[in-house]
Amino acid sequence: MILLLTRILNKVALALMVGLLAGCQGGVLDPKGQVGIEEKQLIIVATLLMLLVVIPVIFMTLYFAWKYREGRDEIYEPKWSHSTKIETIVWSVPIIIVIILAVITWKSTHALDPYKPLEHEKEHINVQVISMNWKWLFVYPDLGIASVNELRFPANVPVAFNISSEGTMNSFFIPQLGSQIYSMAGMVTKLHLIANEPGTFDGISANYSGAGFTGMKFKAIATETEADFDAWVEGVKAQSIEGAINNGVLDQASYEALAEFDLDAHHVEPTPVQYYNSIKSSIFMDNVMKFMKDHGKVELLEGTVFDSKMIHGNSGHGEMSHGDMNHSGMNHEESQHSSHDMHTEAEK
Amino acid sequence: MSALLGKLSWDALPYDPIVITTLCVVAVAAFVVAFLVIKNNLLGVLWNDWLTSVDHKRLGVMYIVLAFVMLIRGFADAIMMRLQLALATNGDPGYLPPSHYDQIFTAHGVIMIIFMAMPFMIGLMNIVVPLQIGARDVAFPFLNNLSFWLAVSGAVLVNISLGLGEFAMTGWVAYPPLSGLEYSPGVGVDYYIWALQISGIGTTLTAVNFLVTVFKMRAPGMKLMDMPIFTWTCTWANILIAASFPILTAVLAMLTLDRYLDFHFFTNDGGGNSMMYINLFWAWGHPEVYILVLPAFGIFSEIVSTFTGKRLFGYKSMVWATASISILGFIVWLHHFFTMGSSANVNAFFGIMTMIIAVPTGVKLFNWLFTMYRGRLRVTVPVLWTLGFMVTFTIGGMTGVLLAVPGADYVLHNSLFLIAHFHNTIIGGAVFGYLAGFAFWFPKVMGFHLNVKLGKAAFWCWLVGFFLAFMPLYVLGFLGMTRRLNHTDNPDWNIWLYIAVVGAFVILAGIICQFLQLYVSFRDRKQNLDTTGDPWNGHTLEWATSSPPQFYNFAELPVVSDIDAFTDMKEKGTAYVRKESYAPIHMPRNTMAGIVIGGLITAFGFAMIWHIWWLAIVGLVGSIVTFVVRAYTKDVDYYVQPDEVARIENAHLDNVAKG
Repeated sequence: MILLLTRILNKVALALMVGLLAGCQGGVLDPKGQVGIEEKQLIIVATLLMLLVVIPVIFMTLYFAWKYREGRDEIYEPKWSHSTKIETIVWSVPIIIVIILAVITWKSTHALDPYKPLEHEKEHINVQVISMNWKWLFVYPDLGIASVNELRFPANVPVAFNISSEGTMNSFFIPQLGSQIYSMAGMVTKLHLIANEPGTFDGISANYSGAGFTGMKFKAIATETEADFDAWVEGVKAQSIEGAINNGVLDQASYEALAEFDLDAHHVEPTPVQYYNSIKSSIFMDNVMKFMKDHGKVELLEGTVFDSKMIHGNSGHGEMSHGDMNHSGMNHEESQHSSHDMHTEAEK
Repeated sequence: MSALLGKLSWDALPYDPIVITTLCVVAVAAFVVAFLVIKNNLLGVLWNDWLTSVDHKRLGVMYIVLAFVMLIRGFADAIMMRLQLALATNGDPGYLPPSHYDQIFTAHGVIMIIFMAMPFMIGLMNIVVPLQIGARDVAFPFLNNLSFWLAVSGAVLVNISLGLGEFAMTGWVAYPPLSGLEYSPGVGVDYYIWALQISGIGTTLTAVNFLVTVFKMRAPGMKLMDMPIFTWTCTWANILIAASFPILTAVLAMLTLDRYLDFHFFTNDGGGNSMMYINLFWAWGHPEVYILVLPAFGIFSEIVSTFTGKRLFGYKSMVWATASISILGFIVWLHHFFTMGSSANVNAFFGIMTMIIAVPTGVKLFNWLFTMYRGRLRVTVPVLWTLGFMVTFTIGGMTGVLLAVPGADYVLHNSLFLIAHFHNTIIGGAVFGYLAGFAFWFPKVMGFHLNVKLGKAAFWCWLVGFFLAFMPLYVLGFLGMTRRLNHTDNPDWNIWLYIAVVGAFVILAGIICQFLQLYVSFRDRKQNLDTTGDPWNGHTLEWATSSPPQFYNFAELPVVSDIDAFTDMKEKGTAYVRKESYAPIHMPRNTMAGIVIGGLITAFGFAMIWHIWWLAIVGLVGSIVTFVVRAYTKDVDYYVQPDEVARIENAHLDNVAKG
């Protein structure tokens, strides 16, 4: 019954989408990726479902106010204040709608879980994202390059993001591709997105993070083919791409140089696009874990394997692991995404 | 840093011409008010009858004055933001420097919620609840006065930040690590902390006071399930305050320790975790929105049943709906951060819990509808606000449920869609409710009617302005515009930003009408006196008193045998009975302890903000000493003699008889 209703609503939704919303350019109602498309559908289905109650309520408000206003000779029953029949209806109608919505919510929340890898024939691309004041650093751990304020990946290939922050909390968001997730220092959050077609999409921080927040934008570029993307990777490695600042290696020193900012800056210009042609492979986790280092409990050493299970705990879903490593909480599920080249050692 | 002045120096003075102009205007206004008070010899009246008063009705009026003053401040912030965003399109920086803009949106949120909506709600509650339950005052009249001065103290600190130093540039939620010392080394966050902390403690005391009042001081015969619905909604709001404001107190105290004593509750390093702040903040913050809106629901219930000349439909449903909203309101806080990376199970749980709140809320709407059904609706100003609310709030509720679907929230979170949603519920729900209650109870409190034409004009400007200002924000949210941007660079957004600023100016017209209405009504008050005490043919006990009510409220405590106690009395013919004799009435004396403690606590807060340690010690110790001295004072009450009571009562009954 609920499924049928959902299906009908879905059809209405699709028709409406084509009709009403064709004018929308950009934004979340003009999605270009699978996640965004499903979220848009969800928004429309939920809205239509609620309109089933909202429209009658608004109509009845105006109608009753008009019909029973003073001076009209309508029935007047000053002591009538209870009717089991009406009370049953006014409790059960919202309950039914909410039950349907709850089912939709439960299913869609699991289907759209940002931590869940997208089902796709192709292997996902790993990108490590670090928000800085006030710019985005994208590290490609498997490709050995990094970029600032430009995120490039091929269309129709899923992308897996591990997200953290250098300082304040931000939210990593590409509206046309779908879900956003907070970036938090000392912690790793995850997100999976895909672009269904090539294009250049606006990327933003969706959580206010200080003076330069407004300028904290990046371009997410989905290349038409994987070959185009590979060519870009080669270009970054060879430092042959014009129009961008080509830096050398992204190691701790150049990372810290990049992370510098002026707290009192009154006008913050967006940071121009920069590339790093090679990276210290552990740069992402080094900078996630460094907040623990200050605490004096965790030593980070280079060149040794970092056992991600130590962060994740084995209880899995949604649980934060306790003890020394809990700064990298929020890592539920799929530890396969984070075999980082590092090693931790608890100092007693 | 000097020992005498702490961090305070010449640098703290403003340099921004907009701020300097504002301060000049405020100074002139303050001067004019002071001049008028002194010229008309009102200083004594002001001090003896108002500032030191422990009368719940006068405190209520002062709360509402505070709310209106802060509404001006908060709305000035709002219109500056909308202007900035309308001018700063296509990459133009606009007229506000980011540092100023960032303070404005923070101040707007804090002021409108803590210093406009809360005082307005608490003001109405102060005036009405003791009257509705047939009590002579609240349980702890001095504490009530102290709560008010603590609220003022917080408001004063927020306003000082305009002239000395800066306000927080963090957004009204002040999430660490941004609000930590590392990223906000200035005094802005300290102003935020102390203003909220001080006023928050006042709010907690208010809740305790009113809970005791409602549980212990109801008129004889009034069972809990006979309490008027507004009193019920206030009671649930007070339960929420008592349960949630301590969380705010604790989380602010922890942030204070982080900032002042190098603790690491919420820092990135040293074992801190900002997620704890965010959870705790919303464990207070979500109940807070129900604290604001539940009393408004109560106001609408009173208005609908009064002006339809009918009993409220489904009283019991209403009470239980309020109860379930209150309880559910405590287990939904995580919906403010679905995007933090909790698992699907956790997000789905909190999403569904949030939706469930739509059920009792929907029931309330239906009950108002069926109260109108077969009634005789007099379309007065309070009724206009109520109808406007029912239409507007339904839309806001719908978008709220949409945001409660995590999958939808993943793309709408923090967008202007969210901004539109909560303004839709807070303006369309709480503020419309307070303005409705203001129009409804004004003749009761002041003894004369408000001008109807200007009241209607204010309503229509607010309603139209609201839709013009906020519907575009829904669209902008869909177009991918996030909140707290200080300029934009997307031509598709411009038209919506322009419409929104027009809406803000229409609301401004509404606010001007509101103030004009106050002026005109006061000017013409002699022609519009309410002599009966019962201008609307009311149902509940506040209408059994004169307008304004006798300072002791009830010469004899009324005996209640029906939910609509006063209607019941009128029907039985016991409403206006002249008594042969009266007993003496026990009343609390006015006290200056509240305002003194408020002043000392303001000095303490100010000193903490600027690290002026000697003054902090003086302020804190001084306020504690004042409190203790007051606690040991014996001369705190007196008796109103029977002949005076008889004189006042007979004058009122004569007036009623004249009609």
